[in-house]
Amino acid sequence: MTLQRPRTLEVENLNVRFSRSNGVLHAVRDLSFHVEPNEILGVVGESGCGKSMTALAIMDLLSGRAERRVDSLKFRGEDIARVSGNEMNALRGDRMAMIFQEPMTSLNPVYTIGDQLEEVYLRHRDATRTDARTRALSLLDMVGIPAPRQRMRQYPHQLSGGLRQRVMIAMALMCEPDLIIADEPTTALDVTIQAQVLALLKQLQREFAMAVILITHDLGVVARMADRVLVMYAGEIVESGPTQQIFAGPCHPYTQGLLRCMPAASTPGQSGARLGTIPGIVPSLIGEMTGCAFANRCPHAFDDCRHGTIANMAAEADHAYRCLLPAGQSLSNFYETSK
Amino acid sequence: MILFVLKRLFSAFLTLLVVSVLIFLLAHLAGDPAIAIAGKESTAEDIARIRVHYGFDRPLIEQYFAWCGRALSGDFGRSYHYQQTVSDMVMTRLPITLTLGVSALCFALAISLPLGIFAAIRPNSLIDRISLVIAVVGQAMPTFWFALVMIVFFGLTLRWLPISGNASWQNFIMPTIALGYFATPALMRLTRAGMIDALESDYIRTARAKGLGHASILFKHALRNVMIPVVSVSAVQFGAMLGGSIVIEQIFALQGIGWLSYDATVRSDLPVVQAITLIIAVFYVLLTLAADLINALLDPRIRIG
Ligand SMILES: Nc1ncnc2c1ncn2[C@@H]1O[C@H](COP(=O)(O)OP(=O)(O)OP(=O)(O)O)[C@@H](O)[C@H]1O
Ligand SMILES: [Mg+2]
Repeated sequence: MTLQRPRTLEVENLNVRFSRSNGVLHAVRDLSFHVEPNEILGVVGESGCGKSMTALAIMDLLSGRAERRVDSLKFRGEDIARVSGNEMNALRGDRMAMIFQEPMTSLNPVYTIGDQLEEVYLRHRDATRTDARTRALSLLDMVGIPAPRQRMRQYPHQLSGGLRQRVMIAMALMCEPDLIIADEPTTALDVTIQAQVLALLKQLQREFAMAVILITHDLGVVARMADRVLVMYAGEIVESGPTQQIFAGPCHPYTQGLLRCMPAASTPGQSGARLGTIPGIVPSLIGEMTGCAFANRCPHAFDDCRHGTIANMAAEADHAYRCLLPAGQSLSNFYETSK
Repeated sequence: MILFVLKRLFSAFLTLLVVSVLIFLLAHLAGDPAIAIAGKESTAEDIARIRVHYGFDRPLIEQYFAWCGRALSGDFGRSYHYQQTVSDMVMTRLPITLTLGVSALCFALAISLPLGIFAAIRPNSLIDRISLVIAVVGQAMPTFWFALVMIVFFGLTLRWLPISGNASWQNFIMPTIALGYFATPALMRLTRAGMIDALESDYIRTARAKGLGHASILFKHALRNVMIPVVSVSAVQFGAMLGGSIVIEQIFALQGIGWLSYDATVRSDLPVVQAITLIIAVFYVLLTLAADLINALLDPRIRIG
């Protein structure tokens, strides 16, 4: 079945750059990945590794200061890398939607919840105000907001962060998109609310049979939610594969480090497992990178790691990593060498 | 909303109370009003008689309440100098100044809103540069000087516009520009800065993620947020313009409240000065109140606390 349907998203060599006084900052470098219909793709990595820039680049929402370069950006089989602003506008909010990290500021403070929900439906559908209202009410109900009729008339500041994020989810679902990009949708929320919102997201993803890119730096969230995972480091993908395989046999030393840093008490599947710290600092993103970006922090690094380009290696069919080490460098091995 | 309005009305009332006490006291501290009325060549008996006649011998608090009571019923007494009631004098002058103030504010907004918005959409563009020049010049140039330049150029050299009096609407053109230009820089920079902030805000990013068009993003989502501080500052600028009109009305011989207040001050015409000061104060309070109410309509966070 999945083979006949075109992939929801197929990205080839995505770059995001900022021109700065001290050189060109490469926020995202040569990123290639895809999203299947009906799957949740988890994207993890430390702060500043380019997760948000990737998301905004796909949606074509980068600020004027950022420059996007991409070989091809296929959405449902069609290349949207070079379509006009109007065509992109027609897709955004309709076929692809986004949920942002900051529920407190992502809604316009001066318009009602109802107005902001209905707006996106009226924009993309040939619908009456009544249709839009009915649709908004049913979605507010679906995302678990009690008394939706009253909420429709309220303003963002009258809602808690958790409720506002539910409103954002409802807004993203108004036109039943094929792809939702959720950029750290729960980071700003309380732990208990986080779990509820994530459960809701997963349930709705199944119900609407849509693709979701879930950006997070919480490995627990990835383990529980994602079908496949991308691990990002310094603007690059260092490892990608099915969630079970990544957690059972991480191949890249960075992924291994991330997993090792997960709090011991929290087995995958529990929330609150934030990334711990790996010794060393992220390399500067300014200028060209030679060799492996992680080399300066990697306990296994040898001379070759610092030169040339590092090719992707296949650990298993769908599991790739960018490292010179052969697959099978186990976690225990990693512990020993790093001591 | 009702509670909000009541609160604002109450604080406006308190402000007016304090202001009225100050106006009353200042007038009495400025010198003996009896001497001002009697004139320089009067005898001590004359002054004493006048003092009793006008009630200046009674306790201050009593005089204050009597003055307030009369003021509330629109009776500000008679001018010491002109044989007219103060309220008649003020009422004939007030429309001129209000016309000038309103048109100057409209002029300022008509210039600063479009320029500020456009400059924000295209920072560093030609329009942005031009508006910066307008703002800097407006800030650096004294209003009276600008008014004189206009008189020389449009009035005397080109003979396009009348330079004095208030006979027709054309008399208001130059004063309006002179006074309005004074308020333009502040309003323009506020609009530009507010618009730039708004366009970079998360809710505008959300609006773009919804696929909304430029017009909707700019005029529906951004502008309403930008207008909130602009309304407050417009009210302050309008108040400042009422003050600024003293100079402008002198220059253009536009005989409004500003002109009258200068005339009355020079002649120590106390009741007139008091009435004008009180009226200007009332306008300030009403303007702030109006700005608060407009903002409450624009911004639900003010309305529904
Ligand atoms: N306006 C900008 N100008 C210059 N550099 C920027 C700008 N915005 C982001 N960057 C750079 O782009 C890189 C990637 O940023 P991005 O926001 O994608 O990180 P992230 O992975 O989403 O991090 P976080 O987990 O903190 O959200 C950062 O290292 C940052 O320095
Ligand atoms: Mg981010």
